[in-house]
Amino acid sequence: MSSLKELIIQKLKDKFGSVNFEFSEFRDELTVLFDKKNVVEVCRFLKDDNELQFKLCEDVTAIDWARSKNRFTVVYHIYSIKNGFRLALKADVDESGCSIDSVSSVWETANWEERETYDMYGIIFNNHPDLRRMYMPEEFEYYPLRKDFPLMGIPGSNPLPKK
Amino acid sequence: MEKITKNDVHPKIVEALLRDTNITVEDALENEMILNMGPQHPATHGVLRLLLRLDGESVVACVPELGYLHRGYEKLAENMSFYEFIPHTDRLDYLAPMANNVAWALAVEKLIGIEAPPRAQYIRMMISELARIASHLVAIGSFAMDIGALTVFLWTLREREKILDIWDILCGARFTNSFTRIGGIANDAQPEAIAKAKWFIDQYEENLDECERLLNSNRIFIERLEGVGVISGEDAVELGLTGPSLRGSGVEFDLRISKPYLFYNDMDFKVVTYPEGDSLARYFVRADETRESIKIIRQVLEKMPLGDILLNQPKKVLPKKTEIYSKMEELIHDFMIVNFGVNPPVGDIYSAVENPKGELGFYIVSKGEGHPWKCKIRSPSFVNLQSIPHLIKGRMISDVVAIVGSLDPVMGEADK
Repeated sequence: MSSLKELIIQKLKDKFGSVNFEFSEFRDELTVLFDKKNVVEVCRFLKDDNELQFKLCEDVTAIDWARSKNRFTVVYHIYSIKNGFRLALKADVDESGCSIDSVSSVWETANWEERETYDMYGIIFNNHPDLRRMYMPEEFEYYPLRKDFPLMGIPGSNPLPKK
Repeated sequence: MEKITKNDVHPKIVEALLRDTNITVEDALENEMILNMGPQHPATHGVLRLLLRLDGESVVACVPELGYLHRGYEKLAENMSFYEFIPHTDRLDYLAPMANNVAWALAVEKLIGIEAPPRAQYIRMMISELARIASHLVAIGSFAMDIGALTVFLWTLREREKILDIWDILCGARFTNSFTRIGGIANDAQPEAIAKAKWFIDQYEENLDECERLLNSNRIFIERLEGVGVISGEDAVELGLTGPSLRGSGVEFDLRISKPYLFYNDMDFKVVTYPEGDSLARYFVRADETRESIKIIRQVLEKMPLGDILLNQPKKVLPKKTEIYSKMEELIHDFMIVNFGVNPPVGDIYSAVENPKGELGFYIVSKGEGHPWKCKIRSPSFVNLQSIPHLIKGRMISDVVAIVGSLDPVMGEADK
């Protein structure tokens, strides 16, 4: 398993020489942090590489750090059925111009996962085919999982539908 | 089901409905109609709403609408301790609450860096497999009921009732169990519960055969499902299907084998796959998987060791009640954990288990506090539902209930 981690690190460094990768490990799981502008090409490479084959996109979500710089981190969990290996990808997103490229062209699963992330955090996924809210009604103006949204909700923010 | 006009639907949904279609119609209003199915519809297994664009009786496009059961569990999790969230996991996949409890306990234990004692893990394995059987029984029964075979539903629910009785003895609750704890389980399995589980697995297969005889030779059942909602293995992985729905497409992916947790690598069982990828194959996978679960439970009951059921690590795991009442140290630890939480190290983990519906994952971010900074629930039903437009496209409207039933979504989990 550790050789596979080294292989992934080596392959990423070889393929994307100019991209600054930060590798970290916690509880035996490898996480790769990189710049958001490379997200599609890195994902495409990890999926199509013959040795790695990260074909299954398990999860896309975001973390709100409630800080001024790089407020959000978008997290992708991808899985290689061939190797039985899970990898976490992370990219920081700033609050101003809160957007990142969509990977739904790489994995179709990401379509709904990104919609959910948009719904909950307000992060815009560029080139997404169908960026609508997932759970909340379209008229809802807030993003519930942001840290500045109160747990009790905002009175009057979710009116009953007109009859 | 009622007929609605375009004005009753949100413009963005209309736009999604009318997108990418290869059927060209001279006058759309003459030939096509938009049909609203759900959220209050018995065959949608909860509050799933499907907007169907129909050309005659065949479905041109389908847009699922979720969120009618959205309770915001991810937001709630950020505001409560790891212990307090255990009862909430019951309400995710409410047909297999025990399996969700196990998934949450495993995720938090991975974050803290502890492991439950062997006996607790064996009991966890037993309850996850019993939960799998219970969930699949409801899936098969309600699936058959959607198609029109009512008797099977009564028979499979009769079997499920026996599992609920085991849970009744085990933890006092039949439905929302909250049985696991961080670092172990709430109480040891009583001899009566073990005996009942033994009795159950001995008589189960005969009864399942009986149920299957009603379906497997039923021409209406077979003909309504064979070749309906076909998805290839490659497409299924692309769409993120997991669980029986993926294995019904011939992909041998089961987290119990490929990323073993608990003691599944000591167990002898096989991953059930069917290559066809249609609704019938998904039903066969579920039925055969319960047989494999019986095999696992039999081995678990044979191999189950004696010993503790709760880890003895006072800073991280709540001490036993009797000790809290009699010892000062334990009282202090209990006070600290209840008031300030278990404070796992700073970091984030993703932990996933093979639930009856597919891969249930918890992504927990910790800032070293007593409550998670973020908790994401990767629910299998949510991701599986994404394949519905793909499966339904071009089929007849009567196939919609068959396809939804074959995916076996639970909206409590899909809507979180």
